[in-house]
Amino acid sequence: MRILTYLRQVLDAEESVRITNQAVALENSKLVMDTMDEYGVEEALRLRESGVETEIIAIAVGPARTQDALRTALAMGADRAIHVETDLRLDPIALSKVLAQIATQEEATLIFSGGQQADWDSHALAAATAERLQWPQATWTSALTLSGTTLTGKHDADEGSESFTLELPAVVTTQQGLNEPRYPTLPNIMKSKKKELRKESLDQFNVTPKLKFLAAEIQVKSRLNKILDGKDAPAAAAQLVDLLRNEARVIA
Amino acid sequence: MILIVVEHANGKVSKSTWEIVTASRELAHQKGGDTSITALVLGGGEGSNIAPIAAEIARATDQVLVADLPALAQYDPELWSAAVAQIATEGEASVILIGASRSGREYSPRVAIKLDAPLLEDVISLKASSDTLTAQRYTYLARVTETIEATSPIAVVTIKPGIYTPATPRTESAEQFDVDLNLPTPRLKVTGKNIERSSRVGLTEADIVVSGGRGVGSAEGFTQYVEALADHLGAAVGATRAIVDAGWRPYAEQVGQTGKTVQPKTYIAIGISGAVQHLSGMNKSKTIVAINRDAEAPIFKIADYGIVGDVSQLVPAILTELKK
Ligand SMILES: Cc1cc2nc3c(=O)[nH]c(=O)nc-3n(C[C@H](O)[C@H](O)[C@H](O)COP(=O)(O)OP(=O)(O)OC[C@H]3O[C@@H](n4cnc5c(N)ncnc54)[C@H](O)[C@@H]3O)c2cc1C
Repeated sequence: MRILTYLRQVLDAEESVRITNQAVALENSKLVMDTMDEYGVEEALRLRESGVETEIIAIAVGPARTQDALRTALAMGADRAIHVETDLRLDPIALSKVLAQIATQEEATLIFSGGQQADWDSHALAAATAERLQWPQATWTSALTLSGTTLTGKHDADEGSESFTLELPAVVTTQQGLNEPRYPTLPNIMKSKKKELRKESLDQFNVTPKLKFLAAEIQVKSRLNKILDGKDAPAAAAQLVDLLRNEARVIA
Repeated sequence: MILIVVEHANGKVSKSTWEIVTASRELAHQKGGDTSITALVLGGGEGSNIAPIAAEIARATDQVLVADLPALAQYDPELWSAAVAQIATEGEASVILIGASRSGREYSPRVAIKLDAPLLEDVISLKASSDTLTAQRYTYLARVTETIEATSPIAVVTIKPGIYTPATPRTESAEQFDVDLNLPTPRLKVTGKNIERSSRVGLTEADIVVSGGRGVGSAEGFTQYVEALADHLGAAVGATRAIVDAGWRPYAEQVGQTGKTVQPKTYIAIGISGAVQHLSGMNKSKTIVAINRDAEAPIFKIADYGIVGDVSQLVPAILTELKK
C-alpha cells in the first residue's frame, strides 16, 4: 500500500509572531514541521515497522523553503517526497483539491494530516480531502492499528472519546498522544539526501480559491499584571480576593 | 435563505446555537429585508427527544425543518454533511451557519465541498455585503486575528462558541416541517464510547473556569485545590494537556490547542506554566488570574491578577478568605 503524510512548515511554537504589510512575516524566524503533522509521519513509520508493507510519501504545498520540512520527514524515514511549489496561500478547501489529486495519482489508500494546523488554526483539510475522494475519515486519533485493510483506533469526539473501526481507503488526523515522534539520526539524515524529492507546479491542479486573505493583526489585550508576592499566604490571599471582589468585580 | 444547523443535547438547544441565531439575525439584517432564517434539526432514533428541540428553536427562526430519522441517531460526519448539503441545496441557502464544535468543524468542510462553496472556519465576526462575506478569525494558535473574504454566492461558516451573545426567543413560533433525506451509510463504525460529562457547569459555557496544571502536584491535589475552589465559585474545571496525559484528569477538561477553547469572564490558572498551546485555548478570557511559584512563568504575562507562591498554601488561604 501507499501512505501519504501531508505536512506544513510553520513557525516554531517558541517564536513570537510578527506582522508586516497585513500578513504574518516568517522571514528570519525558526520554521519547523507542524508538530501535529509530525505525529502523522511517525504513525506511518510505526505502521510499517509493525509489519504493514507500505511506501510512505511525504507531501507539502508551499514556497521553496517548505522543502526543509519535507527533508525532515525523509530523514525520519519517509521514502520519498512531493513538493507542490507555490507562493500562493491556499485555504484548506482549495488545498484539498491538490491533495486529493495527488492521492489519486499515487494510488494512496491512507492519508495522514495533523488535527489542527498551527498557522491557519484549521481543522478542515482532512475532511475536505476525504470528501473529494469520497473516503471516510477519522479525526483526532489518539491510537491506531492496521490489520489487513481495517483500521482500529480511538479518537476524540465532542464529549469524550470513541473507539472505532474503519475500512481503507481513509483519511486520518493525528494529534499529541498518538505517538512520540522520533528525531532523525545523523546517518538517516545523510541517507535522506539521496531520497527523491519531486517538485510539482501548482498550475496542473486547477485550483481556484474562493477565499481571500485581507488582513492580519495582533490584538493584544492589555492585562493589568497585578502580581502579588505570596510569601505571606493569608495576606496575599486576602488581597487577591479583595481585588477580585471589589476591583474586577468577578466574584461575589 | 440563511440555514442554521441546530446543536442540541439532552433535549435542549445548545447555547452555541443561540449564539448562532444572533449571528444569523445580524447577517439577515445586513443582507436585507427578505432574507429568511431556517433552522435544521437533525436527530432521531430510539429515546430521542426531537420535538421539544424543534419547538424551542421555532421561537427564534422563520422556519424549522425537522429530520427526525432513526438513521440520525448518532452523529457521523458523512451523514451530517449529506443532510445539511441536501437541505441547503433544496432551500437555495446563501449562508450555512454551523457551530464550530469539534463535530461541526469535522463535517462542515464536507458540506463546503458538496456545495462547491468556500468555508469560513471558526469565525468570531461576520459581515455581509451584496456579493461578499467578510469574517474575522484567530490564527497562529490564537495569537493573530485575520480578516478573510469569501467571494461566492454561497458560503459555509462555522461560528466560534462563546463570542456572540445568545439570542432571546420570541413568543410566537415559526412553522415546522418534517423533511426526508437521502442518507449514506456511515463508514466509521463506533465500537465504544467513553463519555466524559461532569456534574459541573460546562467548560465552554461557564462564567468562571478554574484550571489546574502540573503545579497542583497530583490528581488528589487537583481535587483538593482546583475542584474545591471551582465548587465554591460555581465554576467549571479545566486542565492542561500535561495532567490529562498523566491521567489525573479526563480529556474533556483539557483547555488548549488540542482541547477546548474557552472565553469565560474569569479564568483562574493554578500551577499552569502558560505554554502557547495552552494559552491558545484561554487567552481571550476577560480576566485572567494566575497562581504559580515561578515569577517567570509565561502565564503571568497574560494575567490580570496573580500571586507568586505555592499552590498548597495559597489555595487553602483563598478558600478561607472566600468563606469569611
Ligand atoms: C502539538 C501540541 C499540542 C498541545 N496541546 C496542548 C493543549 O491543548 N493544552 C495544554 O495545556 N497543553 C498542550 N500542549 C502541551 C504544552 O506545550 C505544555 O506542555 C503544557 O501545557 C504544560 O502543562 P502544565 O502547565 O500543567 O505543566 P508545566 O509546564 O510543567 O508547568 C507547571 C507549572 O506549575 C508550577 N508549579 C509547580 N509546582 C508548583 C507549586 N507547588 N505551586 C505553584 N506552582 C507550581 C511551575 O512553576 C510551572 O510553571 C501541547 C503540546 C503540543 C506539542
